[in-house]
Amino acid sequence: MQPIATNSALRLLESSMGFNTLRASRPVLLAVWALLAGPCALQSSAFAAAPPGVPSQTAPDAQQTADVAKLTVLYVRQLRPKRLPPLSLLDIPPKDDGLSGARLAIDDNNTTGRFLKQNFSLELIESEDPAELIAETLKRVQGGLGFVVSDLDAKATLDLADALKGLDAVIFNISAPDENIREEDCRANLKHTAPSRTMLADGLTQYLAWKRWGNWVMIVGPAPEDKAYAAALRRSAQRFGMKILEEREFKYDPGSRRSDGGFEQIQQQIPAFTQKLPAHDVLIVADEGELFGDYFPYRTWDARPVAGTSGLFATSWHPAVELWGGTQFQNRFKKLAGRNMRPLDYQAWMAIRSIGEAATRKQSVERKPLIDYMVSPEFELAAFKGRALSYRSWNGQLRQPIVLATGKMHVTVSPQPGFLHQFTELDTLGVDKPETKCRSYTK
Amino acid sequence: MTAIKTTAALAALALAGLALGAGPAAAYKVFISNEKENTVSVIDSEKLEVVHTIKTGNRPRGIILSKDGKWVIVCTSDDNRIQVYDAETFAYVKDLPSGPDPELPILHISGNPLYVSNEDDNLVTVVDIFKGTIITDIPVGVEPEGMGISPDGKMLVNTSETTNMAHFITTDGFKNVENILVDNRPRVAEYKSDGSEVWVSAEIGGTVSVIDPVLKKVTHKINFEIQGITKDAIQPVGVRFNQDNSKAFVALGPANRVAVVDAKTYKVEKYILVGQRVWNLGFTPDFKLLFTTNGTSNDVTVIDVASEKAIKSIKTGRYPWGIVSSTMPMKAADNGSGENAR
Repeated sequence: MQPIATNSALRLLESSMGFNTLRASRPVLLAVWALLAGPCALQSSAFAAAPPGVPSQTAPDAQQTADVAKLTVLYVRQLRPKRLPPLSLLDIPPKDDGLSGARLAIDDNNTTGRFLKQNFSLELIESEDPAELIAETLKRVQGGLGFVVSDLDAKATLDLADALKGLDAVIFNISAPDENIREEDCRANLKHTAPSRTMLADGLTQYLAWKRWGNWVMIVGPAPEDKAYAAALRRSAQRFGMKILEEREFKYDPGSRRSDGGFEQIQQQIPAFTQKLPAHDVLIVADEGELFGDYFPYRTWDARPVAGTSGLFATSWHPAVELWGGTQFQNRFKKLAGRNMRPLDYQAWMAIRSIGEAATRKQSVERKPLIDYMVSPEFELAAFKGRALSYRSWNGQLRQPIVLATGKMHVTVSPQPGFLHQFTELDTLGVDKPETKCRSYTK
Repeated sequence: MTAIKTTAALAALALAGLALGAGPAAAYKVFISNEKENTVSVIDSEKLEVVHTIKTGNRPRGIILSKDGKWVIVCTSDDNRIQVYDAETFAYVKDLPSGPDPELPILHISGNPLYVSNEDDNLVTVVDIFKGTIITDIPVGVEPEGMGISPDGKMLVNTSETTNMAHFITTDGFKNVENILVDNRPRVAEYKSDGSEVWVSAEIGGTVSVIDPVLKKVTHKINFEIQGITKDAIQPVGVRFNQDNSKAFVALGPANRVAVVDAKTYKVEKYILVGQRVWNLGFTPDFKLLFTTNGTSNDVTVIDVASEKAIKSIKTGRYPWGIVSSTMPMKAADNGSGENAR
């Protein structure tokens, strides 16, 4: 492992992510950072520089001493340059989306790690071609790495899981919300810190039920993921007694995303499109690609709130959340990344913090004991959500509260009061144990 | 004249003694910081009502008294400073410096300096409260929170919420001598008054770790189970020991209960139902009453320590957070009763 300083490693990384190299077919070479150098190690190096250092050890370079146990996390990233940019300029993903969350988690792991003589680092591989990513990951897992953070689409995620089958390795899916990879197509070596679509839908629906906004109309986009999101909402509606009175498909050619004009026509189109809907409390939009949903608030025929993927939306994280010590967490992230923390950052953070938490409690960096510990009932993760998070034993999904928010701020956090559960209220969100179709975990 | 005066004074003293011994508890001032309202509510512990509200800086949280009882010292977190108010007149006295986002202060047993955890800067700041200057900063773990001090004043215990450790730091030279792993999101570190143990609550872990400060090891871990409450709603924060250290009271956050724990056997004896999201606890100096701050119900619950029963809820400002009681009984003028001893 080359002790490349964080600064230069990042520069290398960022230069590799310009538009030209987005189309690169070779995996762009990894950046390895040793966390005790560079700007992201502010917290940990503060410890080293000062009197209350580790007993009998004032040097900051804990990783240089012989008895420090090292754990490297592999971050696998599928570049998706063909993905259309979202409607709002504010929502365009930064180049380090997810990655900076991973870096913060590595930092956080190292603050505890330096007291326990453990050192964490991150390696990155990225490419447009999932096959290349999978081959490279397999090589590294065979070479000794055991912890893989995956920012891949659902199909590639499954292919990766199959490639690593039987090896001492665990994959954390940080991005794909698809239900099938948690249910009928689940894999025993696959965990999910990204909430599933049903978890997001249930989180939203519980609040609408709490508000007694029980009559919905739903606008569904043409993309397969829009339809998948709509399916999750239909399931939630039935589960919590909401009525979907009418559905309309919004067929739309995204066309040019940035142009000088546009609002004049949209102002005419959306009211016309939403005319003559049955009397409803709330209009639900299913548009995961953020390609048209934000056209709906304030433009519908009826004066009704918009929810779903626009208006009031469900998410794992929001940059304005200051609940449960969140302020300090947000500040630490901003100091490190120079921007707001996004859901993908948070989901990457939770994956790597899970590894760190297991390493702390087991006082080990060995693959097997940590992987076993993460599925044991003793495992719990503190993640600024006001309660301990843990992995569902039947499909590896991280159970977590769901934030409901608008663009600016959270409105509430689900599960909502009154939605009770035999074991934990968090399992009122998403597919619960008695309904799961996942069998790999119980084999 | 002199003789008569003395006699009168003696009689008053005798009456006062009687009142303290047999009658209701003496009236103390109990100061409650209201995190979201930027005020401190002053409660008369005999009337059990708010008698005054002090307007403070932004986001008042940790609150303590100076050793002589004359000053109320409160961390105004969003102003990145500490404020001092007169405990008698409630008048603003001065500001003290701190690091960013001061949360919990604790005084050296001699009365100075003050150690304060700064949640947003991974530092504990040491402040001379008389000179109003920063003596030094001690770097600690990520999101420093709880502050405990040994009864001999030699050891400081600081918890860090994200590092999940209790850091033992000497007050002489600020050497970090031990770092003890506890459960997730440690909050409060509280010494028994005999110095034999320090208890550390873990909010997300749902436990209290009992640490032997000589061995520097966790010797016991206390778990809580409440029928009808899911485990993840049990979130211990405030910990207080009674006068003879035989019992501990532990605030359990959104479980809305205070646990009474046998501090020798570590068995949980009972749970007292209080207000919502109970965070911090504070005794009156006679240890007869225990006040609890209930963040989301905007009130404090008063627990009668002898019977271990909640006897009253008192409305405070929004999001009550910290508690401290005056060391001396109130003067007559303070509560308008016209008589101190009855």
